[in-house]
Amino acid sequence: MHKLWASTYKEFLSLVRDVGGLAILFLMPLLLLIVITLVQDSTFKSIQETKIPILLVDNDKGVVATSILENLKAASTFEVVLKDSEDEIKELVSKGTYQLGIVIPENLSSDLQTKVNANVDGILAKFGLDQEAETTPPISIATPKEVRLYFDPATPQTFKSSVENGIDKMISKIESQSIYKAFQEQLTEDTSEVIFDTQGFIRFTEIIPGEGPRDTLPNSTQHNVPAWALFAIFFIILPLSINMVKEKNQGTFIRLRTLPVSYATVLGGKSIVFVVVCLIQFALMLLIGVYLFPLIGLPKLDVSGKLSLLFIVAFFSGLAAVGLGLLLGTVAKSQEQSAPFGATLVVILAALGGVWVPVFVMPRFMQLLSNISPMNWGLNAFYDVFLRKAGFVQIVPELGLLLLFFVLTTLVAIVYNKRKNAV
Amino acid sequence: MIQIEHLSKKYKGSEHYSVRNLDLTIADGEIFGLLGPNGAGKTTLISMLSSLLKPTSGTFAINGLTFQENKNELKQLIGVVPQEYALYPALTAYENLAYFGHMYDLQGSRLKDEIVNQLTILGLADFANKRISTFSGGMKRRINLIASILHQPKILFLDEPTVGVDVQSKNVIINHLRQLNTSGTTIIYTSHHLNEAELFCSRVAIIDHGELICEGIPKKLIEQQDAAHNLEEVFLAKTGKALRDYA
Repeated sequence: MHKLWASTYKEFLSLVRDVGGLAILFLMPLLLLIVITLVQDSTFKSIQETKIPILLVDNDKGVVATSILENLKAASTFEVVLKDSEDEIKELVSKGTYQLGIVIPENLSSDLQTKVNANVDGILAKFGLDQEAETTPPISIATPKEVRLYFDPATPQTFKSSVENGIDKMISKIESQSIYKAFQEQLTEDTSEVIFDTQGFIRFTEIIPGEGPRDTLPNSTQHNVPAWALFAIFFIILPLSINMVKEKNQGTFIRLRTLPVSYATVLGGKSIVFVVVCLIQFALMLLIGVYLFPLIGLPKLDVSGKLSLLFIVAFFSGLAAVGLGLLLGTVAKSQEQSAPFGATLVVILAALGGVWVPVFVMPRFMQLLSNISPMNWGLNAFYDVFLRKAGFVQIVPELGLLLLFFVLTTLVAIVYNKRKNAV
Repeated sequence: MIQIEHLSKKYKGSEHYSVRNLDLTIADGEIFGLLGPNGAGKTTLISMLSSLLKPTSGTFAINGLTFQENKNELKQLIGVVPQEYALYPALTAYENLAYFGHMYDLQGSRLKDEIVNQLTILGLADFANKRISTFSGGMKRRINLIASILHQPKILFLDEPTVGVDVQSKNVIINHLRQLNTSGTTIIYTSHHLNEAELFCSRVAIIDHGELICEGIPKKLIEQQDAAHNLEEVFLAKTGKALRDYA
């Protein structure tokens, strides 16, 4: 046991003596968390401080175009810049000066009205309410109209889809209101008489399933802190593997191999120190979320009542990350091997784990692959605690997988070392 | 006693044997010098004897024990001074020695007293709490030695322990090794300093291309070689004057 303690103390001293490395180890993840949360928070916020400038050409000059313009302004997401010609829009959008341009076609309002009137007349005629329509068949003479949307090729697909859906919804609303208006005009002379309730009948209400009262709805902080904390925890494999490669290069590993000490004890000392580093990193991230975020306009991180569970998840995630670091450090022969491989591996595991893109939107094959990413297990456990208000029992499966991953990677490292250095 | 029988080592991908069919016996209490040009197989042989390399064929036993069957027992019995400064630069001399001492199962006051004693003998007591990164080459060599003898090994392997150090440090190291030998430690060391080996070793073996060329008491080897006045002349006569460059 004293050998494990001595190994741990040696690792601790090596780590704390490298002040620069220590600063990078703790400060960079915090910086990453702050920057990512600030960037992503804007997409979570309902009221945005920055408006996206878009171009609009109004060839219609009618009520529909006015309505689209008013709706765009009311959405407060866009800053509408009016232009005179479609060619101008094409050029500005293709250069990337603007991300989006909308062209409203000529006679949209009048043709829509014509089409609606023809349909309404036809319907009323069927009910025998329109004498005129009985003699004139309700055939619409209006041709279908096309609202053109120009997108900068660099515009992300998600943004494009969201804008297309928004405009589609807006036009559908205008169409239905036109239909209501046409019926109103046909059925009564009194424009103040209310025949139809034109307010939307169906609404959406966001409900978080589960038991008990819920004080906090998920916000950008609740999503980002666990995801990026996990990312930072797994980045521990870099300093850990570099630490091990350094030992090989400076000859101390050769000396260790001649000593009556097991490789498991050597790895044990490293594991203890680096798991503690992970926990300190995590604690600092929580502190940032709780105390710093509100000061810089980000939502406060809510950790009330779940602190111990969060640290349990961080501990097991730290173990999994350390296991991977031990394996990489055992196999790698140089820092040129361990550093780029380790960094890329963490990014791949993060991508697979759902840190950037939720797993449910991934292709089926990638969803299957994500099941083998320890970051996916860790992230699910964090979301269980943070957002789904799960208890210890509910996160046991994820903790078990993380522990198993640590045991397996460490065992592979020990066996690999034993085979490679067999005498 | 070390008994080596038909020991060979061929590295993966290499066409030549680094050590070939070597037979050697080293008695208890000897100071045995392994001499040879660069690439002769000295370090490979010492690495096999100290459990760092697996032989391709052949066997050896140290005090009747083998690494296959008595690994931990043997590791406690031997001390190995590698060619590199196998020390942690960010740790102080004391911290390095305390760590390696613990690995040899030393603890408490016994460990502390041994560290202080060895640092004093090798003239480093005043530098116990200085970091290794601030040490000169000679100081690192001495700490490198202490780290391997804290547990008072019965057999000590040294791979070029005096390379790159000044005369004063070399003198202190050699004297201390003599003292260790007097107190019962068998010493097996490699060196390119033939004058040092001639004075220091009770017996030497010259190996070249992995094979044993000759072995014996330095004085007798000099007498047996025509027109040789020292070990260096014997060495050149046995191994030739051609340069030994390997890549």
